[in-house]
Amino acid sequence: MPKNNDIKKVLVIGSGPIVIGQAAEFDYAGVQACRALKEEGISVILINSNPATIMTDETIADKVYIEPLTIETFEYVIKKERPDGLLAGLGGQTGLNMALKLYEEGILDKYNVKLLGTKIESIKKAEDRELFKELMLEIGEPVPESVTASNMEEAQAFASRTGFPLIIRPAYTLGGSGGGIASNQKEFEEIVYSGLLRSPISQVLIEKSIAGYKEIEYEVIRDANDTAITICNMENIDPIGIHTGDSFVTAPSQTLTNKEYQLLRSSALKIIRALKIEGGCNVQYALDPTSSQYYVIEVNPRVSRSSALASKATGFPIAKVTTKIAIGYRLDEIKNSITQKTAAAFEPALDYVVTKIPKWPFDKFDHGDRLLGTKMKATGEVMAIGRTFESSFKKAITSIEDKNTGLVRKKYTSFSDEELKALLTIQDDRRIFRVAEALSRKISVEEINYITKIDKWFIYKIKNLVEFEQKLKSEPLTEEIYTEAKEKGFLDSEIAVLTRKKLEEIEEFRKEHNIKASFKIVDTCAAEFKAYTPYYYSTYNEFDENVISNKESILILGSGPIRIGQGIEFDYCSVHAAWGVKEKGYEAIIVNSNPETLSTDFDVADKLYFEPMNIENVMNIIESERPYGVMVQFGGQTAINLAGKLDKKGVNLIGTSLESINLAEDRKQFENLLHALDIPQPKGRAVKKVEEAIKTAEELGFPLLVRPSYVIGGRGMQVVYNIEELITYFNSALKFSDEHPVLIDQYIEGKEVELDAVSDGENVLIPGITEHIERAGVHSGDSIAIYPTQKVKASMINTLVDYTKKLAKALKIKGLMNIQFVLKDDVAYVIEVNPRASRTVPIMSKVTGIPMVELGISTALGQTIPELGYKPGLYDKTDLVCVKVPVFSFQKLNRIDPALAPEMKSTGEVLGVDTSFDRALVKGFLAAGYKFDRLNGDVMLSLNDHTKPQCDEIAKTLVELGFRIVATTGTHKYLKEHGIPSKEIEYFDIPKMQAHMKKKQLCFIINTPSTNANAARIGSENRGFMIRTIAEMYSTPCFTSLDTAGAYLKALKFHNSYPNLKYDGITEYRKVCTLV
Amino acid sequence: MKARLLLDNGMIFEGENFGADGTAFGEICFNTSMAGYQEILTDPSYAKQVIVMTYPEIGNYGINKDDFESSRVSATGLVVKNYSENESHYKSYIKLKDYLKQQNVIGISKIDTRRLTTVIRESGAMNCVITTDELTDEIKEKLKNFSIDKNITKLVSRTTAEVIKPLQEKSNGLKIAVIDCGIKKSIIDCFKNRGCELTIFPADVKSGELLTFDAVLISNGPGDPQDATETIKTTKELIGKTPIYGICLGYQILCIALGGKTYKLKYGHRGGNHPVINKQTGKVFMTSQNHGYAADAKSLPDNVTITYTNLNDETLEGFSCKPLKIDAVQFHPEAAPGPYDAQIIFDGWIEEMLERKSNIVDRLRKIFVKRG
Repeated sequence: MPKNNDIKKVLVIGSGPIVIGQAAEFDYAGVQACRALKEEGISVILINSNPATIMTDETIADKVYIEPLTIETFEYVIKKERPDGLLAGLGGQTGLNMALKLYEEGILDKYNVKLLGTKIESIKKAEDRELFKELMLEIGEPVPESVTASNMEEAQAFASRTGFPLIIRPAYTLGGSGGGIASNQKEFEEIVYSGLLRSPISQVLIEKSIAGYKEIEYEVIRDANDTAITICNMENIDPIGIHTGDSFVTAPSQTLTNKEYQLLRSSALKIIRALKIEGGCNVQYALDPTSSQYYVIEVNPRVSRSSALASKATGFPIAKVTTKIAIGYRLDEIKNSITQKTAAAFEPALDYVVTKIPKWPFDKFDHGDRLLGTKMKATGEVMAIGRTFESSFKKAITSIEDKNTGLVRKKYTSFSDEELKALLTIQDDRRIFRVAEALSRKISVEEINYITKIDKWFIYKIKNLVEFEQKLKSEPLTEEIYTEAKEKGFLDSEIAVLTRKKLEEIEEFRKEHNIKASFKIVDTCAAEFKAYTPYYYSTYNEFDENVISNKESILILGSGPIRIGQGIEFDYCSVHAAWGVKEKGYEAIIVNSNPETLSTDFDVADKLYFEPMNIENVMNIIESERPYGVMVQFGGQTAINLAGKLDKKGVNLIGTSLESINLAEDRKQFENLLHALDIPQPKGRAVKKVEEAIKTAEELGFPLLVRPSYVIGGRGMQVVYNIEELITYFNSALKFSDEHPVLIDQYIEGKEVELDAVSDGENVLIPGITEHIERAGVHSGDSIAIYPTQKVKASMINTLVDYTKKLAKALKIKGLMNIQFVLKDDVAYVIEVNPRASRTVPIMSKVTGIPMVELGISTALGQTIPELGYKPGLYDKTDLVCVKVPVFSFQKLNRIDPALAPEMKSTGEVLGVDTSFDRALVKGFLAAGYKFDRLNGDVMLSLNDHTKPQCDEIAKTLVELGFRIVATTGTHKYLKEHGIPSKEIEYFDIPKMQAHMKKKQLCFIINTPSTNANAARIGSENRGFMIRTIAEMYSTPCFTSLDTAGAYLKALKFHNSYPNLKYDGITEYRKVCTLV
Repeated sequence: MKARLLLDNGMIFEGENFGADGTAFGEICFNTSMAGYQEILTDPSYAKQVIVMTYPEIGNYGINKDDFESSRVSATGLVVKNYSENESHYKSYIKLKDYLKQQNVIGISKIDTRRLTTVIRESGAMNCVITTDELTDEIKEKLKNFSIDKNITKLVSRTTAEVIKPLQEKSNGLKIAVIDCGIKKSIIDCFKNRGCELTIFPADVKSGELLTFDAVLISNGPGDPQDATETIKTTKELIGKTPIYGICLGYQILCIALGGKTYKLKYGHRGGNHPVINKQTGKVFMTSQNHGYAADAKSLPDNVTITYTNLNDETLEGFSCKPLKIDAVQFHPEAAPGPYDAQIIFDGWIEEMLERKSNIVDRLRKIFVKRG
């Protein structure tokens, strides 16, 4: 069955903003899909609201719509573009749900669009809990005893019959949002309630808990000719009970006999055949560790996070093959791109061990609930490849980019054995380190296995590592021991600590004995066939397979795991950097540790190293490759953090020099620079003691912005309004940065603007300037941002351009830079200069059409802006207006305050694009999931004293639009005094508010957080905090900045008058230019 | 304890011993299965071979009593990257290491198995020696003179016939004669569990003893098929007189008996991920394979139909000869280790046998009716 030639134009659905449970893996999948279609000569139309993705590049699809993922958008685009087919299975749960909706609303039929790949009936069977259960019973596949409930009564009946613990899974949600394990009646009611609410069809599956079983996954793929194969199986180190996205995972399975492996494999193939899936599919199993009893837990009838992991773990491009299958190819007709000879109809054989570890946001959210369960909390993940489990596991731990790299960690040494054992029962992100501590105290493997249910094999392996640490501590360092340490994945820095030597001594020792890392190829076939893939990982004491070409090469540092503050944008930059470097005639080499991304697809760069983003691992590559230089400006803070260490080793940093990087990052030097250039900045000091802080505060005056030095995404940053708050902050801040001082700056509550620029050291090109809706004090990543600026005077723009030129020249920037300003009373203060690619580079590249990363590469390599064909200065704008709206994942994270703050909390973003600000704003809100369907009902106002005086306009608008204001006591009083009607609600009457939200009586909430630091930031008992958290739970929008609320009302008003939107490709918007 | 592996091309790999000690010779080959070392070790087809497992963690789940393919290890050595000292499985009754000792088989770990695999891939199959002693000239000399015994199938075959009966309630009435050239237990089980009664004969059985059965199966086994002269002779005598099925070596023997040729592959097919395409349906399935020789498709007579080919290298994987009632496959439908996809082949064969049988019964009945 070769390609279906009737398909000439295909609409691809992207997965929208990055949220926990749906991240960069769908950008990777989407890009593969678009490319797979284009290479067949099929015209590709793409809709995705996420501007940070690579798939929304104009080079990836023929026409890119950066528009809200709503039914209206799709109908409009389908009507206009008339595609022959719709490809939905690569856009995550969002894509699948959209396909279902389009089908149910008859839009697919109406416009004669064929759903490619897996059919609607199959999707329904896999996704609908009841239909799925029926099918499993029909084909004799065991599922845990369960019930599908559409209301609390049905749920209760089952619980009363079976007892606890029970697992609750809502239907059609991503990342298990709204689900959980209930071990008592109270938890049960709560989880079922929120599950019913989250599920788009109000349905939850309640099943008997089989916690403690082994959790095994199979990635399977089937074509329309019924050939079905397994790409890879994976074993979770954490047994059933923790979401697979939050589990440590190995590939392939380690503790299964062949019979068990085949038992589950056969089951997975039987299921994919029964469901008639055409493409990739993921099946999850629970396997009894003491019998051959197993249960089918879940099936994802689409490409998923696990399939991205499986693709990287094996080298088999699941998304690409799924796409080829969707357009009619059979597996045996698709080529294996790694061996270039054999077909895609084969099962990869691994000759290495893969470990995946999640990256959680708990280092950012100090007070967050770290317990892991059926609801995914990780924002990203890392993968490591090693020739033994020990090295693979150890490398994965390094890849997480935690402050520590080792397994045995100081913080658990103070617990008694009994305390430690008690802690082992707690399933959170730190459990593996507690296991290591327990092992170092000779607590037995059996006992740890009894408590944690982690298979003994894994515990033994961790024990090997822990015992080896002891060996390093107690025995003299010999060549033999050192080599063994390297084989087990120990870093030189760790060996130094364990042997109580200096790092330099270890490095010297290594040099003396000529011990080098060697590299092996990931080839899908365990060396059975010759491979042409340039996909490598490191190992020690083994033959080096690395093929070094004669071509001059450039190493591009990736950005590691996705975390809040460092997301997919940097993958966009890394990928473009690779393309840019190739274009310049160099061999492009990428190093990264993130399996979800496109940058770790082996056919992006000329060569890929899947390695931790640690100095030692990066230096190993450099020593082997001897590249011309290293690009550090595209991999976010991860890459920049390596710049100093690389420079010290004599590595050529291409572009902006280390001196300049330090100049921009070092507070004192930077302050002097700005002073010399006569550029204003908020006054500030670095202080180490609370007395100094108080003195500084008296000098500068409140409000103040306080933060620890050297952090990503504004971690630990806060605005304080008085001495009391300052002291509280200071005391709590010190615990996470002992060596670094606390920075105290004047907090200027003005308009924040931001720009990205390309500089060749002399000339500067500024593609555009963006303006934030929220006043300074909200992290730029969490602000709604508008391009081009709407409310900045021309004279001010000139000042900004002038400052940028001065700074670029003074810092000798060669490549990209980002500057953030705050404007107040006609003064522009520089808040921050980043001598690297920033989060906004993808957006600015797309809305202006300037290939920023490519220009950054060219300038870094020495070309000038005029040589590149661009006029220096601020680039001309068109009629295009765009509004970036942040998207949060609070529903996945318990006990985290959703209030906007100087510290970044959003996980993703969407872009509203149009030719007027109002329409772009409306689209931005729609894309972020806000609704404009209600113009009456209650709106709750609960404001702090600081913002009360600024609320009049908003309150009046609310009344004008027909809303009823419900206000807490203080706010009610204020409104009454200002003649604005409102109904008082007792501030402490949380249950009443909850009931309101539950009944959907409340349309939305405007709640500015209390400025009392003791309450809002620290104590989770604070009522404002509770209101905001409950609002998240009931999906009631809650605005914590009056500016955001104001923008929403503006959009609401506009949408009310002009409800019909038009949608177009990003290129088309850019073409419209009525200005001269 | 240190151990060394010397290849016939002079390359030496040093590692650690984890099984029995001593010195062992064999033909080196690699298997890409990620699980199933127990089945592989006890598969008689590996007689006089040293097995390299390409998956690096071996020994993880120990050795259990259910997964033996024969009562002993026929391979002479096992080469791995990382031997898991501590196994974990509820069924495990002995560590792999101790089992190897019990079987007097040398295991060697900490070997760069990927490098070794690449060497085998590039240089082709060759002989090797593993030793826990020094690599003396004597050992080297012995390696030069080492060759696989031409009588190897007889060495692994049973010496007396044995009848295996299915559970009574499962019985389908079929009685199959098996020529044991080193049969795997799973093949026996696949027929037995489907209700067949098997009579398993030694490899040197005479054709006359086999004609009263519903069909003859020639089993898998070790070595060069051309060396199995007696079985080839027996097979030639059987062709046309009784339906014959073959698996692996049995298939190669059938090829030769039909007048075809076999040849040695550069480094063989050993693993559980070999894609085989059904020439009729175009469907592909994953098969378990273990063979160093292949049948030459072009050498087969015209009345032979090609049923399966290998998708990787297009080698012949199965043929049938309807007029002579022959059907055979190169791969292992019984898996063990490997995927169960091809087990449908047993169903197909049994259905065919049953059909023939009922036809015979029908014919006989008609004859009896006529004679009335």
